[in-house]
Amino acid sequence: MSTVTEVHPGGATDTREARPRRRLVARPAAWLVWGVVVFFFLNLLGVVGSVLVSSFGQRWFDTWLPDGFTSKWYGEAWNEFALFDVIVVTLQVSLLVVALSLLVGVPAAYVLARRNFPGKRLAYLVFLLPILMPPITYGIPLATVLYKFGLAGHLSGVVLANLVPSVPFVILTMTPFIEQIDPRIESAARMCGAGLRSVFLRVLAPLLLPGMLASAILVLVRTVGMFELTFLTAGPDSQTLVVALYYSMSAAGIRAQQSVDAMAIIYTTMMLVLLVISLRYVNPTQLVARVKEDPDA
Amino acid sequence: MSTTATRPARPAGAPQSPRAHWRHRLAERGVDQQLWLLAPAVLFVVLLFLYPFFYGLGLSFQPTEGGPLSDYARFFGDAYQRDTMWITLGIALPAALLNVLAAVPIAYRMRGRFRGKRLVTILLVVPITLGTVLTAQGLLNFLGPTGWFNRILMALHLTDEPVRLVHNYWGVFFSLIITGFPFAFLLVLSYLTGIDPTLERAAATLGAGWWQRFRMVTLPLLMPGLATTFCLTFVLAFSVFPSAVLVGNPAGETRVISIAAYQAAYEQYDYPYASAIAMVMGLIELVVISVVLLARTRFYTGSTGGKG
Amino acid sequence: MSPATSGFSELRLDGVSRRFGSQDALSDLDLTIRAGEFIALLGPSGCGKSTALNCLAGLLPLTAGSIWQDERRVDTLPPERRGFGMVFQSYALFPHMSVRANVAFGLRMRRLPKDEIRRRTAEAIRLVRLEEHADKLPGQLSGGQQQRVAIARAVVLEPSLVLMDEPLSNLDAKLRLEMRTEIRRLHQSLGLTTVYVTHDQEEALSLADRLVVLRGGRVQQIGSPQELHTRPGNWHVADFMGYRNLWPMRARSVEDGLVTVEADGLRLVGDPVGRIAPGDAVIAGVRPEDVRVDAPGAPNGVPAEIEVVEYQGRELAAEARTASGVQVHVRTEQRVAPGDRVTLSVTPQRLLVFPADADEQPAAAPGDPVDAVVEEPGLVG
Repeated sequence: MSTVTEVHPGGATDTREARPRRRLVARPAAWLVWGVVVFFFLNLLGVVGSVLVSSFGQRWFDTWLPDGFTSKWYGEAWNEFALFDVIVVTLQVSLLVVALSLLVGVPAAYVLARRNFPGKRLAYLVFLLPILMPPITYGIPLATVLYKFGLAGHLSGVVLANLVPSVPFVILTMTPFIEQIDPRIESAARMCGAGLRSVFLRVLAPLLLPGMLASAILVLVRTVGMFELTFLTAGPDSQTLVVALYYSMSAAGIRAQQSVDAMAIIYTTMMLVLLVISLRYVNPTQLVARVKEDPDA
Repeated sequence: MSTTATRPARPAGAPQSPRAHWRHRLAERGVDQQLWLLAPAVLFVVLLFLYPFFYGLGLSFQPTEGGPLSDYARFFGDAYQRDTMWITLGIALPAALLNVLAAVPIAYRMRGRFRGKRLVTILLVVPITLGTVLTAQGLLNFLGPTGWFNRILMALHLTDEPVRLVHNYWGVFFSLIITGFPFAFLLVLSYLTGIDPTLERAAATLGAGWWQRFRMVTLPLLMPGLATTFCLTFVLAFSVFPSAVLVGNPAGETRVISIAAYQAAYEQYDYPYASAIAMVMGLIELVVISVVLLARTRFYTGSTGGKG
Repeated sequence: MSPATSGFSELRLDGVSRRFGSQDALSDLDLTIRAGEFIALLGPSGCGKSTALNCLAGLLPLTAGSIWQDERRVDTLPPERRGFGMVFQSYALFPHMSVRANVAFGLRMRRLPKDEIRRRTAEAIRLVRLEEHADKLPGQLSGGQQQRVAIARAVVLEPSLVLMDEPLSNLDAKLRLEMRTEIRRLHQSLGLTTVYVTHDQEEALSLADRLVVLRGGRVQQIGSPQELHTRPGNWHVADFMGYRNLWPMRARSVEDGLVTVEADGLRLVGDPVGRIAPGDAVIAGVRPEDVRVDAPGAPNGVPAEIEVVEYQGRELAAEARTASGVQVHVRTEQRVAPGDRVTLSVTPQRLLVFPADADEQPAAAPGDPVDAVVEEPGLVG
């Protein structure tokens, strides 16, 4: 297996280590574990691969591979599902969510990381809840409220709904970044004559930039992939790609299977591009949840 | 040094109002102007999370017809609706459990450093990133009656006719494994690497074999992490919605509770009823999580000595 | 622009106090610092010395009291407007800025002209001998070099007061000695008024013009290094100043300015510190190097047996025990070995006798002096 271990400027870590190779003959338990992993990956490959092959397939019925290959489904999907508009909406929604959640989340994370005050635990709990609850649970009441105020069905409603899990996520990912900055650096800046504004702009902001970048990318990936909340609040012209994909799939039979596949591949490509970008800045594990990674692995 | 000597007047710009005293006392307890930084987030969570939640809670007690509890009575009285709870738990619990249990030995084996570890973790992130909708589409193609999986089974003569793996319980289950397992694995892996490896070495010098080391040292330290992982994986599985519709049998054996809530809200436009179902759903989920987290408190949850 | 007026004649702390919840971290600190003085705040951890420093810096608001720079009240000013410089224990360098940018930061905050910033930054970097490293990031420097950057960053502003919070405690022994000399040299050449916090008495004695010994948030003694070294004000200070032998005893008689004390059949004559009357519970203290070690049978001594010996270069540090069981720390140039029998003696001028209740807290009634062993010196911190 090859290694992807160049050191990225963004701080992604290098796992290579000068160490004698492990012996190839392992215990049966090891073989079993690796077998399970390989089986999992083969199936994963099958899942993604079959969509990919089908999206390029001319006709594909009861055979191993399609009769012939074509790229016409992409053009068809592009026009049929108005994908340009959908992608524009997706990007609008995601970037707005990223910007707003950073704006709201970073100051809150700063206070939670640095300060002790009465009710801090309660604040933490309330900020955690939106991540612990299934989106459908709070999504339905939220959508009802947003419809009541005439916000749902538009871009603004979708953005607001997506902020609900994003802001807590920013808070959770930023807190460790802030905690690892020695508070005495702020004191030192003040002793040098820097006022509060200068401390934030000249000392904290540059130090927090990697953290904010990581957190922004994580929110971006999650928002593009967020199905439930967008699904519950989107109107016809505020669908993101993943919701449009869902609608085209559940209306299967009307459209050619392959153009749905093509759309799925467009979505996949978009996610993978985001993934590749984000992995330059964050650890794979951080994409999933906030767990402190060892800094010097 | 005399403290009673006449003091020059305070220079301008050095305020010390009588309010300084209670300001100080508040500052003592950690309340000062910096807390305003928290205000936007608090406002946000109140307006967009707590208010809708309590609005929904209130709405669920104001059904379109009948007494305050009649929507709940309707849900629990109708077997077709009530069963969605058991269906959801029947899918989510085994899936979450399998994901966590399978993740432990694999993560344990991979906790050290080896060539290609980053590649493995990157590959594992892919299905999480893709999400359930795309996975559903892939599963339909791959596990379908004419898909590659059945073709391979038949080519190997393991079966004579295609095994039905989609549009039923198993389709949903597989989709939860494909997205849930990597999630659980990555979490367990990061918890495992947070345990100081010298602890196991210390156990080895004291004569513990690999199983004893795992059982007596690593596992107890890992348990809280496993509980957390289970909770997060369960939340993912419990809110299964798109895949239950797309690769399951949304009218029958995979009619999960979120489908019931969705149908009430968006097909019957009965928001109070939908809110009631959402509340039931939230409650069940919180009960399961509380039980797990309660059990978690029984384990040692302090520092595990590792970096991280 | 700059609020700092370097030309001041004294800095006065008036009853400076700081409470944390119900606990007094610092109570009633009165201190006048003359311009150009080097003051060390000395005490075990938790004694309030860092609290005092942070109060001076403005990083911690006072609960009571005031701080005056001549006739200007400074304790109501935020830290950035006091014009003090500070060196932190962890250095607290800005990790994203080069050495040069770190040093220039304060000058830029004061919006000085570019030329002046460049000139003064270069000068400060030269002063701490880091010219070759000026463009490196703090992370690329060794601990000692980082410490120098922190010092340069603080002194470049020519602050009216430099605060140093245990600046050497993160360095290894050799580097610590070097940096100590460096700090002394800087102080001599720049003449900056300095308040230096440390828990290391040797460091404080070697650097400071005056020492302030703190314990439990209260001042125990203020004095020159020599005063503190030769005549600590109470047994807590003595303990901190290297009086490793502190024996709870009882005063027998007082005559000619000397006091005779005894316990466990051991009878000694010493120099009383403070008022002592016959019958008082006292604590007798002597430095290990002031205990004379003679061959067994020498007159006017107490027989003892050597138990533990540590090699310390030219001298040996040894632990001896008298027949009655009193443990004595000694330093001697004689080659003694465990099991050796010796005679120990102390000249009365070197044995200081402190009242046992010198402690501010209401001490338990000094009944049986041996009980006092419990709250004896101990190794606080």
